[in-house]
Amino acid sequence: MSARRLQGGSAPLRLLPGALRRGVERFAGRHQSLAVLVGVALVGAFLPVIVGVPPFSGFGNRNDFVDGFANAGVFVLLALGLNVVVGLAGLLDLGYAAFFAIGSYAYAYSASPFSHLDVPFWPMLLVGAMVAATFGILLGAPTLRLRGDYLAIVTLGFGEIVPVVFLNSDTYTNGTNGISAVYQPSAYGLFGIGSFGFGNPWPYYVTVLAIVAVAMMLLYRLQDSRLGRAWVAIREDEVAAASMGVNTVTTKLLAFAIGASTAGLAGVFNASKLSLVSPDQFGFTVSFTILAMVVLGGMGNIWGVAIGAFTLYEVQSVFLKQLTNFVHGIHLPAVDLGFLRLDISAIDFVQYQFLLYGLALVSMMLLRPEGLFPSRERKRELHESAEEAAESNEEVVQA
Amino acid sequence: MRRRPGRALLVPAILLLLATLDWSYMGTEQFVNALTIGAVYALIALGYTMVYGIIELINFAHGDVFMVGSFVTYWLLSSLGFNGTISDLPLLVVVLVGTFLAAMVVMGGIGVVIERFAYRPLRNAPRLAPLITAIGVSFILQNIIQIFFGPSVISAPQVMDVQARVNLGGVDVSVVKLFVIAVAFILMIALQTFVSRTRMGRAMRSTAIDRDAAQLMGVDINTTIAVTFFIGSALAGAAGVVQVLYLGTTNFQLGFQAGLKAFTSAVLGGIGNITGAALGGFLIGFIEVNSTVAGFSRWSEAIVFGILVLVLVFRPTGLLGQQLGERA
Amino acid sequence: MSESAPALILSASGVTKRFGGLVAVNAVDFDIPEGSIVSLIGPNGAGKTTFFNVVAGLYEPTHGSVRFMDNEMIARGRRAWAEPLTWVLPTVIVALLGFFIMQVSGSGVALALAMLVALGLLITMFLLAIVRPPIYERMLHRLGIFKSARPNDMVVAGLGRTFQNIRLFKTMTARENVMVGMHSRLRSTVLDAALRLARHRREEAEADAQARLWLAFVGLKGKQGEIARNLSYGDQRRLEIARALASQPKLLLLDEPTAGMNPSETAQMMTLFGRIRSELRLTILLIEHDMQVVMGVSDRVTVLDHGEKISEGTPDQVRRDPRVIEAYLGKGASA
Repeated sequence: MSARRLQGGSAPLRLLPGALRRGVERFAGRHQSLAVLVGVALVGAFLPVIVGVPPFSGFGNRNDFVDGFANAGVFVLLALGLNVVVGLAGLLDLGYAAFFAIGSYAYAYSASPFSHLDVPFWPMLLVGAMVAATFGILLGAPTLRLRGDYLAIVTLGFGEIVPVVFLNSDTYTNGTNGISAVYQPSAYGLFGIGSFGFGNPWPYYVTVLAIVAVAMMLLYRLQDSRLGRAWVAIREDEVAAASMGVNTVTTKLLAFAIGASTAGLAGVFNASKLSLVSPDQFGFTVSFTILAMVVLGGMGNIWGVAIGAFTLYEVQSVFLKQLTNFVHGIHLPAVDLGFLRLDISAIDFVQYQFLLYGLALVSMMLLRPEGLFPSRERKRELHESAEEAAESNEEVVQA
Repeated sequence: MRRRPGRALLVPAILLLLATLDWSYMGTEQFVNALTIGAVYALIALGYTMVYGIIELINFAHGDVFMVGSFVTYWLLSSLGFNGTISDLPLLVVVLVGTFLAAMVVMGGIGVVIERFAYRPLRNAPRLAPLITAIGVSFILQNIIQIFFGPSVISAPQVMDVQARVNLGGVDVSVVKLFVIAVAFILMIALQTFVSRTRMGRAMRSTAIDRDAAQLMGVDINTTIAVTFFIGSALAGAAGVVQVLYLGTTNFQLGFQAGLKAFTSAVLGGIGNITGAALGGFLIGFIEVNSTVAGFSRWSEAIVFGILVLVLVFRPTGLLGQQLGERA
Repeated sequence: MSESAPALILSASGVTKRFGGLVAVNAVDFDIPEGSIVSLIGPNGAGKTTFFNVVAGLYEPTHGSVRFMDNEMIARGRRAWAEPLTWVLPTVIVALLGFFIMQVSGSGVALALAMLVALGLLITMFLLAIVRPPIYERMLHRLGIFKSARPNDMVVAGLGRTFQNIRLFKTMTARENVMVGMHSRLRSTVLDAALRLARHRREEAEADAQARLWLAFVGLKGKQGEIARNLSYGDQRRLEIARALASQPKLLLLDEPTAGMNPSETAQMMTLFGRIRSELRLTILLIEHDMQVVMGVSDRVTVLDHGEKISEGTPDQVRRDPRVIEAYLGKGASA
C-alpha cells in the first residue's frame, strides 16, 4: 500500500473533505491507473461545461475555450515531461523547448507539402516521441558529470543551439519561414464529433486529453518503480545513490529520454494543430514558461504539475486578456512621472506576462519553493535544509 | 580567485601570439572591432565570474543589469538634451565622466538591492532555488524596461564622434573603439588592484575560498558579498555606457544574448578567475567577429554556445581556472 | 597455496592515492579473508576513509590495484585513450569504404547507404559506451583497455558500504531507503514497470516484504514508514546498514558505524556485526575508533598512520605494538 505514497498528496484531492478524500485515496492507491483515467475524464468533461456558465460565458464562446484547452493540453504534456527531469531526477534543464522543437519539426517534415511526404499522424506520435527521446539521450550525455548550475547552463546552450540549427537548415526546415500547411490528423470517422480542422477544436481536445491521460498513467507507474526511486535517490544524494548500486548514468539518461519523449509527443500534436512550425516558437521564453509551470505547480507531483500548467496557461491566455479589457474599460488617468508616462489604461497585460511569471517565480522561491502542490519529499527537502543551514550558521558565528 | 604569478603572464602571452598571426584576411578594422566587442564582453564577464566565485551562483540577471545600464545611459543623455555628437571637448569629457559614474553607481546599487532581496534569503537553499530566482529577476528587469521604454529597438545618442579616426603608428583606427578598449583595460586593472591590494579585496578572496573560515576570521560576509555585487554590477553598467557610445542602440532583449556570451567568456577563461574573464571576453569577441568575417554570421550564436558546452563538458575549469571540486 | 588458507575476498596491493601534492594513502597492501571481521584503525587523517573510498570505487587509485572476488576491479585506467577510438573507428572505416565503393562503381546509392550505416554504428557504439553492457566490457577487456570500477559496479560485484557521516536519503522513508539499496538486485525493467506486468508487481511486493525483513534484522522492526530524517541517531546508523545489506553484498564496508553511540547501543551493534557474519555469512571491514568494538569483534586489525600501514595482526598483537602506541599517543609513550 505504501508503495503509492511516494508520489505525495494528489493535488485535486486537497479540495475534498476528509473522509471522502481518504476513500478516494485508498481507491486511487489500489487502482492507480484507473484513477488517473477517471480523473482526467472528469476534468475533461467538466471544463467545457463550466465555460458555459457566467462569468466565463462572458469571455468567449465555447468553441474558443475548448480550442484554448487543447492548446493548454500541449503545455500540460510539456510540464509533465519536464517534471520528470527537473522535479523527479533533479536535473535543471533550461533548454527543454529544444525537444518540443524536435518533435514539431519531425512531424512537420513528415507531413506537409514542403517535403512532399505524408506520414499519418498517429504513428508519427510514436515516432516523434522516439526521435525526441534519442535526442534527449544525445543532449543529456554531455551533462552527466556536471554539477547543477553547469548542467543548467549547458542545457540552456543546447536550447539555444537547436532552434538556430533549425533556422539555418533551409533545405529541411524552410528556415525562418518555417513549415506551413502541415497536415491535420485524419480521424477515420471514429469520433463522431466531426473531423480535425481549423473550425473544430473538439477532436483535438479529446485527443490531447487521451494523450495526457496515458502519459500521466505511465509516469505514475514509473514513479512507483525502482526507476522512480532511483531518480529521487540521485536527486537527494548522487554519491550515496551510486554507492547503493544505482547506475547514475543510465538513470539520468532515462530521465532525459522520457522527459524528451513527452515533449516529442507534445510537439507532434502541436504541429498538427497549429499547422505551422517555425523556429521562433521554441525560444528560451518557452523553456522558461514550462519551467515556471513545473515550479509553481509543485516539482515532483504529477497532478500538481498538470494543474499548474493548465492554470498558468489559462491565466496567460484568458485571464490576462480579460484583465486588459477590464482595465481599458475603466479609463484610469495616466500618471506622468516627469520623464516617463505610466499609462495603466493602455497597458496590455498579455505582453507583460513574463513580468508576472518572473515576480511569481521569485516570490515562490522566497516563500514557498516547493510549489503550490508539493510532493511530500520536496517540501521537507526545501524547508528543512534552509533551517538546518541557518542553525549551523548560528553555531559558526557564536563559536 | 587565486593568483599564481606564472599564470598572469598567460594573458599577454596569448594576446601576443594572436597578434603575430596573419590578420590580413581580417583587416585591422575587424581586429579592432574584435577587441572592442571583446572589451564589452570582458566587462560583463567580470561580474559573472566575481559573483560565481564568491557565492557559487550563476547570476542570470547580470546580462540584464548590463541592458538596464545601457537604458540608464540612454535616458540620462536624452533627458539632458544631448541628441548627437558633442564637439566641445571639455564638455564631452564632463559628460563622459558623469555618465560613467552615474551608470556605474546606479547599476551597482541595483545589483546590491537584487542581492539583498532576491538572493540573500536563499543563500542556504538547495542550488535550484537561487538559480530559478535569478531567472525570475532577469525577466522582471526585462519587462520593467519594456513597460517604460517600449519593445522596439531604441536609437540612442552617440555623444562621441563615431567617424573620428586617429593615426596610431601608421594604422588608422576609430577613436571610439580605442576609447572603449582603453576604458575596459583601465577598469580591469583597477579591479585587479582592488582585489589584490585592499582589505576588502582580501575579504572577497577569502570568502570565495572558504566562507565559514572567513567569517570566523571576522570577515563580514554580508557586506563583502554586497560589495562584490556592487562592483560586478557597476562594471556591467560601464559596459552599458559603452553599448550606447559605440553601437548607439539598445533594446530590452539585449541582456539575454550578451549575457550568455559574457558568461561563456567567463567560463572559457576560468570561472572565478578575474584574469580569465578578461581573457575569455577578448577570445569570444575574436571568435564572434571572425565567424562573421568567414561568412558564418548566421551561425555565430551557435558557435559561441557550442564553445560554452564544449568547455563545460571537457574542461570546466576553463583556460586559467582553479580547481573546482567533486568527482562525478 | 595450502588448503587451509581461507579464500581472500579482497586483496589490495600497493594502493596509493594522491590528491595533488597530498599523499593520502601510500602503498598499502591489504588482504581480507572471506568470512572474517577485519578492522582498520588509525589516528584521524590517517587515510582510512580514503582507502575505503578507493575500494568502494569512488576514487581511482594513483598506483596499485584492488582485487575483489578474485577479479581485478580497481586500478588506474589502462589504455583509456583507446576507448573513444573504438567508438569512432568503425564509423570512419565504413564511411571510407563507402567513398571507395563510390569511386569504383560510381554509385551514389552505395555512398548514401554507407553513410547511413556509419551513422548507425556511431550511435550504437555511443549508446553501448553509455550503458556498458557485458558485451561492451568484454570487448574492452579483449583490447586491453581497463577502466576502474565505479561505485555501482562494485555493488553489483558484491560490495556494500555505509558512510562516516550518515548519507541516508533523508526525505524518504526507512522502507524506501532500503528499497533503493535493492536497486541492483531487482530485475524488472522500465517496460515492465510501464506496463505493470505481473512480473513487476510481484517483484515489488517481494521487495517490500524483503525490505521489512532487513529492517527487522537490524532492529528497526515496525519503523518502515518513518521518514529517515526523523529517526534517532542510532536508528539512522542501523538503517544505513540495512540499506547496505539490501544489495546482498559479500563484503560489507562499515565506516565508523558506532560513532556517537552510547555503550549499550554500541554493544547492540557489536552483536549485530556478529550476526551479520554468522547468519548472513558476510565478510566485514570496519573503520573504528572505539577500541572496545575493535578488540571485541575483530579477527584481525590493521593500523594506518599518515597513509601507511604501520601494523597488522590480532587485536592483542596490535595493541601491544610500540609503533601503534606511538602513532596514537606520540613518541615516548611507548617507552
